[in-house]
Amino acid sequence: MKSLVKQNNKFSDIEYQFQVLSEGVKGQSLPSFSEKLEETGLYPLKPTSIEVFQINIGKMCNQVCSHCHVDAGPDRKEIMTKETLEYCLKAIKESGIKTVDVTGGAPELNPHFRWFVEEAYKLGCKVMVRCNLTIIVANKKYHDLPEFYKKNEVEIVSSLPHYSSKKTDSQRGDGVFDKSIRALQMLNSVGYGMADSGLTLNLVYNPSGAFLPPSQDGLEKQFKRKLKKDFDIKFNSLFAITNIPISRYLEYLVASQNYLGYMEKLVNSYNPEAAKGVMCRNTISIGWEGYLYDCDFNQMLELKVGVSKERQHVSQFDVSQLQKRSILVNEHCFGCTAGAGSSCGGETV
Amino acid sequence: MKTYYNPDDLKKFSKIGEFQQPLADKFFSYYGDVFKEGALTEREKSLIALAVSHAVQCPYCIDAYTVDTLEKGCDEEEMMEAVHVAAAIRGGATLVHGVQMMNKTKEVSM
Repeated sequence: MKSLVKQNNKFSDIEYQFQVLSEGVKGQSLPSFSEKLEETGLYPLKPTSIEVFQINIGKMCNQVCSHCHVDAGPDRKEIMTKETLEYCLKAIKESGIKTVDVTGGAPELNPHFRWFVEEAYKLGCKVMVRCNLTIIVANKKYHDLPEFYKKNEVEIVSSLPHYSSKKTDSQRGDGVFDKSIRALQMLNSVGYGMADSGLTLNLVYNPSGAFLPPSQDGLEKQFKRKLKKDFDIKFNSLFAITNIPISRYLEYLVASQNYLGYMEKLVNSYNPEAAKGVMCRNTISIGWEGYLYDCDFNQMLELKVGVSKERQHVSQFDVSQLQKRSILVNEHCFGCTAGAGSSCGGETV
Repeated sequence: MKTYYNPDDLKKFSKIGEFQQPLADKFFSYYGDVFKEGALTEREKSLIALAVSHAVQCPYCIDAYTVDTLEKGCDEEEMMEAVHVAAAIRGGATLVHGVQMMNKTKEVSM
């Protein structure tokens, strides 16, 4: 399967996505996201403090997931350079941000990945890696990743949409479930997910279709019971994430004629408490070219942070300017404020 | 094409109060309470609702509780097992009346 960009699919066009998003809300006479924020006294949306430095180090991935908001895949060659990674380290050091969240694509495919993780760890940061699991078993040269993660006390966050192969493979590709299980067992074997090991392994659930995620607590218990019983796998926490209507997931929604119903559901499930806790208020997102965004979704929609042009790049990282900015919102943001809320760390309420 | 069932009518369910508000208010308040977590979890209640939806053959309820069970973390196997429970009870209800038929047959036969 090719990425939307490679297919020349119209959903790879940002302007087209905005047009569809507008039709899903204003076209159905529903209130816009900014109107909803205004109703609940949150507009313009302001940052609380910047605690998480989330860095997308490339769009290249060994998987092509059907819901991927990055439109990642083997045919995506965009990779962050070492020079930009050095700017990132400088920004982290000077700003004193203590959590570094590394994502992609498969971040491990960036040739400078290990060096960057080690350098961030040396700065005393907690490093999180959004590992797709299958990369660990994709090639012999990645088999030692669990040991590498352990050495740098990396917190692993991995997608596993379901404890059944059918549902996981339908979203993430044929054979992904079996490979993910093998990788999870390898992570367990070095101590990840084990009590008192200090090595955190969190899993991410997202719905395999046009519906909202279940309550995180109940689902976590279910996942723990099933994975232990069927595969003797342990993990720490499960994050339940709502699919955001952009990129491939937006294309799926429209093609399956679920789009209008899904947007209506997101808007009707708007929760002001979830809006108060959206992750863009304490996170800054850095794209592969070094530009700054309010979140990974805004990054994919090329909505750069609302600061002066020269301060929009990580080489000119200025926390005080970023703290004063207004966060850019659009209709896709309803995905983070529905029900119990959604963020890269799961529920927010 | 006109049909007796229109999927969009499900969205208008809350509008039944237009003709009789106090009873609608009571019903929706009760309905909300019924599905809250109690001795049974919300997940269990949703699966029961899915099974009953099939037993009463309500297309609105089937649509609503198919999505609701998915949003409660149920998988297809669990959902189909719930439908089989409804089918077994409906089938059993038919068959158990066979005893009445047998009784009557014996009563009127030599």
